[in-house]
Amino acid sequence: MEYLLIVIAAIFVNNVVLSQFLGICPFLGVSSKISTSIGMSGAVAFVMVLATIVTFLLQHYVLVPLGIDFMQTIVFILVIASLVQMVEIVLKKVSPPLYQALGVFLPLITTNCAVLGVAIMVIKKEFGLLEGVVYSFSTAIGFGLAMVIMAGIREQMELADIPKGMRGTPITLLTAGILALAFMGFAGLVK
Amino acid sequence: MLLTLMVIALAASLLLSFVYSSTKAPIDKAKADKVNSAIKAVLPEFDNQPSEAADTLVLDGGQLMLYRATHNGEAVGTAIRTFSKNGFGGTIELMVGFLPDSSIHSIAVVGHNETPGLGDKIDPQKSDFSLQFAGKRPGQFQLSVKKDGGDVDAITASTISSRAYCDAVQRAYTALQKGGAQ
Amino acid sequence: MSRLNNLTRGLIHENPIFVIVLGMCPTLATTSSALNGLGMGMATLFVLMGSNVVISLIARFIPDKVRIPSYIVVIATFVTIIDLLMQAYTQSLYETLGLFIPLIVVNCIVLGRAEAFANKNGAFDSLLDALGMGLGFTLALTLLGAVRELLGAGSVFGLQLVQGDAILVFVLAPGAFIALAYLIAIFNRIKR
Repeated sequence: MEYLLIVIAAIFVNNVVLSQFLGICPFLGVSSKISTSIGMSGAVAFVMVLATIVTFLLQHYVLVPLGIDFMQTIVFILVIASLVQMVEIVLKKVSPPLYQALGVFLPLITTNCAVLGVAIMVIKKEFGLLEGVVYSFSTAIGFGLAMVIMAGIREQMELADIPKGMRGTPITLLTAGILALAFMGFAGLVK
Repeated sequence: MLLTLMVIALAASLLLSFVYSSTKAPIDKAKADKVNSAIKAVLPEFDNQPSEAADTLVLDGGQLMLYRATHNGEAVGTAIRTFSKNGFGGTIELMVGFLPDSSIHSIAVVGHNETPGLGDKIDPQKSDFSLQFAGKRPGQFQLSVKKDGGDVDAITASTISSRAYCDAVQRAYTALQKGGAQ
Repeated sequence: MSRLNNLTRGLIHENPIFVIVLGMCPTLATTSSALNGLGMGMATLFVLMGSNVVISLIARFIPDKVRIPSYIVVIATFVTIIDLLMQAYTQSLYETLGLFIPLIVVNCIVLGRAEAFANKNGAFDSLLDALGMGLGFTLALTLLGAVRELLGAGSVFGLQLVQGDAILVFVLAPGAFIALAYLIAIFNRIKR
């Protein structure tokens, strides 16, 4: 039951993109086609869960016992950066088709603040390892959901006649705003 | 190649440990100041240092702190740092001041994540919501919103925050009764 | 002239928010009031200046292969410094900005300037570049914060200008997207 709450809260109520403002860059940048947005979400989910596990273990078994938890930011970002590199190398060797699908998105993930954000949030919320994994996976699903919806709308929007000044970033942001408004309706779903 | 990276990392950690050790005292002081000013805000005048002799109590999976204040050696009240995990944006932390007759003197917000303009009205600086608790004795005053059959006027459009607020105050009262027996 | 250009470029023509559209996460998340926007902008400005200067000084000693990790370490160091300083001296602002202070480390602007400018230019020029970009970022954040605060709460920098109820949604998440959308549209219009 508790896990279900975490899942619903992370996907709908506190959607990572639309209410927490994490991972906005890929949300705006890679959401023009449904297929690429699915690829990006897949890559993010993969790295996010992996990063949460590694950073959780590091925080609780290395940083805190040594009393150097002020090094958190520096350690976490290095872990994520090297994790992304490693995933890239391993995927290339083990599963070329998967690499084909996710490969181009991997380098972009290092600077996706959702990954670092979730890793820090798991520590801040004092989750256990299993809760943290559930949380990070659901957050990734929430990210994917927002991406795919956005991409769907943008594919339709290509046919629309948008006022000149609003073309490009402004209309995308405006759409995101209306989406966020819709997601606010989920507030109060949990509790 | 690896050497360069090592040198950079080493320099970075040296610099950071220097900054960390020199900011540690101000950080601790800023945190203590915050607690002290919250205690001062919710209790009548006192002349001891309540934060130096605080009792802790674990309740519902969280920690409550009991700060006992005296004036000229006489007890003037207890400030209790309490929490509720049911806030709209997560945990709400309050400091509740009880007088020796266990009525509420005043309540301050220590930390919250509620929606600006709605749930953040629990803060006395933003609305009068928290003032309705002053002078009430939780035994006779039902600490739940009117919608749930209690005596508390909820903040308009922020029932969840109001409920969580009551939950936190109720927890403080429970702690007072348990801690008061010592 | 070119020195001056290094400084002013970031303010308008290459404004990181309105023109290049980088660093969106803190922009949207921390601008619920003008003061928060200003605070976030200043924190980023500090990191940007520190990392740009240091990187311009050490860039030629760093082999190409470990370039990005080295830059990240430098940036993360400055982020941690500002994190600790804010915890010590501006506790309440630190709590409001919360998660977004450590997240400066993944702000594309910081790494972007290191890659695009600091590693090819001298320390002084890099400092000017960082100052320009950082001020442009701060300006944009403060402006967005002021607009949202005015529409959403009727005040600017906490100063009540309009009495009564305001359009609350502008302080909330959707309002961030909508306000920024129109600001960029207006900026595009002016620039043309």
